[in-house]
Amino acid sequence: MADLVAEAVAAAHVSEWAAVLAATARVAADLDLAEDCVQDAYAKALVHWREQGVPRRPGAWLTTVATRRALEHRRRADVARRKLPLLVPDEDPADQTFPDDRLRLVFTCCHPALSQEAQIALTLRLVCGLSSAEIAKAFLVKEATMQARITRAKHKISRTGIAYRIPHVPELPERIEAVLDVVHLVYTAGNQWGIDLARMVRLLLPASAEAAGLLGLLLLTEARQAARVDGAGQLVLMEDQDRRLWDRGLIAEGLELVPEAVREGGRFGLMAAIAAVHAEAGCWEATDWSEILGLYELLFARWPSPVVGLNRAVAVSYVEGPAAGLQQLPDDPALATYSYLYSTRAELLRRLGRTEEARAAYEEALAFTTDPVEVGFLQGRLTRDV
Amino acid sequence: MGKYLVMIYDDEAKWAADDGSVMAQNDKNHRAFVEANGAAIRDAGQLDESTTATSIRTDGNGGYVVTDGVFAETREVMGGYYLIEAADLDEALAIAKQVPSPMGGVEVRPLVNGD
Repeated sequence: MADLVAEAVAAAHVSEWAAVLAATARVAADLDLAEDCVQDAYAKALVHWREQGVPRRPGAWLTTVATRRALEHRRRADVARRKLPLLVPDEDPADQTFPDDRLRLVFTCCHPALSQEAQIALTLRLVCGLSSAEIAKAFLVKEATMQARITRAKHKISRTGIAYRIPHVPELPERIEAVLDVVHLVYTAGNQWGIDLARMVRLLLPASAEAAGLLGLLLLTEARQAARVDGAGQLVLMEDQDRRLWDRGLIAEGLELVPEAVREGGRFGLMAAIAAVHAEAGCWEATDWSEILGLYELLFARWPSPVVGLNRAVAVSYVEGPAAGLQQLPDDPALATYSYLYSTRAELLRRLGRTEEARAAYEEALAFTTDPVEVGFLQGRLTRDV
Repeated sequence: MGKYLVMIYDDEAKWAADDGSVMAQNDKNHRAFVEANGAAIRDAGQLDESTTATSIRTDGNGGYVVTDGVFAETREVMGGYYLIEAADLDEALAIAKQVPSPMGGVEVRPLVNGD
């Protein structure tokens, strides 16, 4: 028989962790203490719920137990005059605009005074409740390295006085951008928590068009996941994908967000709109490339990164032909070791029938990637197609 | 509340190339900064050029090695500081962003037990 209590505790870990920790951190005024108390509450739940049944609101039960324990600790610490609060307490009434405690936690984890890799690690640890071992595995570093990174980040928060609160309005757009960047990076690192985080941020920041854009982008990208790799583990380019494998549920959810997301012409909103054009095309040939090119022009004006320039060149190649695309390829030292630059050039040369040059470009792309799926694709091109 | 040291880092070569006009404007900007943030400022100072620096290292045997020059060779060197008091890092950063530093930037560090 399945252990229903263990399942309920596990489910509460996924759905309630961030809220319980966020509320406890406010009381504990110390992230480490808050984490200990929350972990302890989950351990207690395993015992108590077995005896007394699973409570109707597991999150409320866990929060009560964890905050009570945090209060006990603080009382004892105050008596011992052991230490001052390590998290700057929140005294800002303006915070009432954002009543959900989880948002405080997210903004604290993504504070710009922390390095981006620390922001990502802290978010996965504190907001998603992942262990250091799980995060280390996702980012291919040793557990001890990840543990040290998280400890260092927590020290910086307490020692420099990073406040546990929602940023003031003038800083808000910039701070939201930092949060969205972290969520985007979590997703692109191949971590399924990216989508959950994007959903949470969207929920917590209903007025942010970019939060809608990020969620839309991730849903529309994720929808194509099953078609990206074939049965043999080979990469399938979008033009060859079996669109029946695209997840219609995710596409519908993503498309619904796009009108709101593009409203302000932000980065994630535009990227979501581009993904939407692909999602709406019944087949590769039906892709509205002039629409996509227009969106890339807007994106490049707003965000002139060489990678955006590279994608814009691909769009150019489908509107004005591969020769025009080739001319628009960015010549930027930042991309010198970026395999996608060479594979894109190779694809354009192949479409132009310049086989020898295409071969050389595929070889170059191979030199700059270790991803087995990409390597398989490039080798396939070299042996079969050019 | 905590105390934070805002250290101004300058590229001295850029100051050397100034005809005096940036310097004059900079002085004015610092006076305006102090006026606007007087309530938070606890101390401030401008350092002489880095060529005037003398460094002392302990030699591990109870002695000292005294050398001419700055402690660490970097293009940008500390040229001045403000000691400020702020409720949290965000408040400190908001003040530090206003510190005039036309030839470089600032570094913000909390003081241990700065409460």
